[in-house]
Amino acid sequence: MNVTELAEITGGTVLSGRESVGNSISTGYCCDLLSHVMADAPQNCAWMTVLTHTNIIAVAELAGISCIVIPEGIAVPPATLEKADSEQIPVISTVLGSYEISWRLHEALQED
Amino acid sequence: MAESNKMHLETVIAKDDFASAGEASSKVKKTLTMLGVAPAQIKRISVAMYEAEINAFIHGGGGMAYTDVYPDRVEILIEDHGKGIEDIELAMQEGYSTASEEVRMMGFGAGMGLPNMKNNSDNLTIDSRPGEGTKVRMCFNIGN
Ligand SMILES: Nc1ncnc2c1ncn2[C@@H]1O[C@H](COP(=O)(O)OP(=O)(O)OP(=O)(O)O)[C@@H](O)[C@H]1O
Ligand SMILES: [Mg+2]
Repeated sequence: MNVTELAEITGGTVLSGRESVGNSISTGYCCDLLSHVMADAPQNCAWMTVLTHTNIIAVAELAGISCIVIPEGIAVPPATLEKADSEQIPVISTVLGSYEISWRLHEALQED
Repeated sequence: MAESNKMHLETVIAKDDFASAGEASSKVKKTLTMLGVAPAQIKRISVAMYEAEINAFIHGGGGMAYTDVYPDRVEILIEDHGKGIEDIELAMQEGYSTASEEVRMMGFGAGMGLPNMKNNSDNLTIDSRPGEGTKVRMCFNIGN
């Protein structure tokens, strides 16, 4: 499973970090408290969060996260996308909620 | 990495520049990757340093990050001249946080930063004086 495939199965759009859409995704992780993300996000995960400020890019880069997924069609500020492009972190936007995204990711990973 | 190789990095942790918070840690991560340090070591150094950097930014009003890379260890000093920590033992407890509501809305304030630093470093020393500032020193053994 890679970022392009995750965007496809969630009906989402890759908003940034397009050079890294080949990043492989081995699991999912949902959390909106950054210190918990730093402590617990598994390497190469897809991270679902409703946070959209610039610092999520630094967190993703430092924690070795494969891509960020913003659920529920929440708008992502241009500054965040710019930083995501410069750090090559893919950000996917989808209208689905985190539960549905996780479900679809899990199903797809089972088939991988 | 050559035996005698020692790399020194200094980065400003800018006050009030939210977009660049975390950059000192990113710079160190990139340098360690370039030097061929093991990924698992880089991960724990990145986590611990990010937490110290963000604390200096959010609670300490910005400061400086100093990193020294030796063949067998990485030493990091994060320094600010902010309000300092009243009770370090209390601050070290999981879940303790004085973060403002505004900052909590952004995902900070779980009270897990200092525990993350402790869990990911081999040595953590905090030197803080109320009203004067905080110095966080961390050492990471990286083998070799
Ligand atoms: N550099 C600092 N200057 C002043 N106070 C600090 C500093 N670092 C930590 N503190 C105090 O220690 C508390 C606990 O810090 P810790 O990093 O564990 O949690 P937090 O920053 O509040 O939340 P989190 O790191 O989980 O987002 C802070 O809320 C703050 O009161
Ligand atoms: Mg903190």
